[in-house]
Amino acid sequence: MYIYDEIDQQLIDDRVRQFRDQTNRYLAGELSEDDFRPLRLQNGLYVQRHAPMLRVAVPYGVLNSKQVRKLAHIARTYDRGYGHFTTRQNIQYNWPDLAKVPDILEELATVQMHAIQTSGNCVRNFTADQFAGVAADEVIDPRPYAEIMRQWFTFHPEFAYLPRKFKMALSGSTGDRAAIYVHDIGVQLYPAADGTVLADVIVGGGLGRTPIVGSVIKKGLPWFDLLTYCDAVLRVYNRFGRRDNKYKARIKILVKALGPDTFGDMVDEEWKYLKDGPGRIPQAEFDRVNAHFQPKPYESFAGNDASFEAKKAENPAFARWVSRNVHPHKRAGYSAITFSLKGLGFAPGDITDAQLDKVADLADQYSFGEIRVSHEQNLILTDVKQSDLFALWEAAKELKLANPNIGLLTNMIACPGGDFCALANAKSIPIAEGIAQRFEDLDYLFDIGELDLNISGCMNSCGHHHIGHIGILGVDKNGSEWYQISLGGNQGMSAKGTPTSLGKVIGPSFAQDEVPAVIEKIIQTYLALRQDDERFIDSVQRLGIEPFKERVYAKAN
Amino acid sequence: MPKLIKNGQVLDDTSVILTDSEGNEVHEDGDAIVPLACWLEERHLLKERHTSVGVLLEGDAEPAELKDDLDFLKLIVINFPSFVDGRGYSIARLLRERYGFKGELRAVGDIQRDQLYYLARCGFDSFVIPDGKDADAALASFNDFSDSYQATVDRPVPLFSRRRNQSAN
Repeated sequence: MYIYDEIDQQLIDDRVRQFRDQTNRYLAGELSEDDFRPLRLQNGLYVQRHAPMLRVAVPYGVLNSKQVRKLAHIARTYDRGYGHFTTRQNIQYNWPDLAKVPDILEELATVQMHAIQTSGNCVRNFTADQFAGVAADEVIDPRPYAEIMRQWFTFHPEFAYLPRKFKMALSGSTGDRAAIYVHDIGVQLYPAADGTVLADVIVGGGLGRTPIVGSVIKKGLPWFDLLTYCDAVLRVYNRFGRRDNKYKARIKILVKALGPDTFGDMVDEEWKYLKDGPGRIPQAEFDRVNAHFQPKPYESFAGNDASFEAKKAENPAFARWVSRNVHPHKRAGYSAITFSLKGLGFAPGDITDAQLDKVADLADQYSFGEIRVSHEQNLILTDVKQSDLFALWEAAKELKLANPNIGLLTNMIACPGGDFCALANAKSIPIAEGIAQRFEDLDYLFDIGELDLNISGCMNSCGHHHIGHIGILGVDKNGSEWYQISLGGNQGMSAKGTPTSLGKVIGPSFAQDEVPAVIEKIIQTYLALRQDDERFIDSVQRLGIEPFKERVYAKAN
Repeated sequence: MPKLIKNGQVLDDTSVILTDSEGNEVHEDGDAIVPLACWLEERHLLKERHTSVGVLLEGDAEPAELKDDLDFLKLIVINFPSFVDGRGYSIARLLRERYGFKGELRAVGDIQRDQLYYLARCGFDSFVIPDGKDADAALASFNDFSDSYQATVDRPVPLFSRRRNQSAN
């Protein structure tokens, strides 16, 4: 992973000092709440329902074991012993004391971490494929590009006060695990025929109140133009994005109003003045950053490990875990594994300080000390020898992180919802818990097969409900909490070639206690109507939402 | 009276905004500033005034409209109706980097000390600090950061190119 040099370190130390001064001025009454708000937000500090919430950046989801131990320490020392991983691959703490936040930032800075721009109307933490560098279907490793872009947006002086938040994601695989079509800017990297790296730039996607699948406005952009081109996109947006209405301030609204072609022409006009300027990425800089992302010191294996195959044959529970939580690796004899942060008794994405410490130990023992965060709110070890998988599985079971549900219905994405978030109209966590209880039977879960279920507690769509195969949205009706169900969303191009799509709402919303039964009816309808090994999303796309709708609302009719 | 930060000094802001070329109630050593629309309409008359005239741009202004006047103008003022309205940062860079404006570029309106570093990076070199804010204390904010990653007006070579030169030496 990228290791800071002296200048990178100095900059985050500068930030800690700046924010300590801002916090002191606020606490002394010299800075009003209104003036402090944008400043604290750009440091990831919200004022939530019960207490402040601090969101710590995990750039493109990459952590080392030292950093994870620091996150555990912060959970233990400054919070209530746990943290919550988010769909932007960040971690947030729900109970810090505002006056202590500068101390937390100072601790984070000692392990090259920070909370810079994890919130606010600025460029947010960049997300990427959690299997970057190791995925079997990867064509370009996105990490060095993501790091160069991280440095570019960090304290970008021109774009710190945009009309709204700005989210970017990057993918270098044929299967899109970064949901690049529903970001303000999505970047797809691929090699040209001569081996040089090109990017397709997707702009104006996003969820929220007006969900839109983004448009490719630039094809085949040379990699060294990424920063200048993004400068041009951001400048057009900063100048011409709406500021009169926060619901219409995202770049997707501007792109939609102008049309992607016109918007792309405006960007090209702007870019013409920037592309050959100092922002063009020098090869030497790419080489410097890329040196941090070289393949690990792998051992050589001819093929699959024999003991691994034997363990699978003799232990069905292990085989089941392997089938869901172990992922193909570029190198023979290695795999990536996912620790599931989804199970009964805790909120999706939550993890305790003790679990974090153990995950760090396991990463040191089995995976070169590196840990990844996925936008599905799970943790990943990317470089595990197959001969170690069984021992790792047993350790993960002890930690209660071995739920074999990756890609299945109970691997739900859920925002913190009304239990924590001041914006939410409805709770998410009890919905997730209710569904997890209903679908506790693993055989049933495996029979249902691949299914993304996403839950958001409000229209801001932090739980990405629009791109869940099943989406659940909390809505407020006359002061009480209701849940709207949508079907047919898909987060990104899958191995089976299903492109990004937005779910369709099936009809009137439901009360909290009805939701698990409604999901059950949808699943039963799918099981009755599916053809062969058709996945849920493919059935919905073939059949439309009508058969599901009929079944779900049959009783009421 | 609001304070003007200029060249690292805190001064009284004695500027007056005129709405047309006839207004002449300008303080002797103050700046006369006219809105862009007024400048475009009465540019010829305004150019004949004894005191120099600055032009005031709002966030929706198109800086290219001043392209031919930049050699004449000694002052361009950009208004921030709210400190969270960041359009002025882009306009400033366009004036400095694309159109080559060399005169004084002033930020006015809802300016907080916590924005001064970024404003300076984008090419502003004078700042009107609103009444009730401590302009002397604000001076410290110009040193909030020791370096910056990006190419900026006051440091046009981005960090990655400076790093490269360091390692080449």
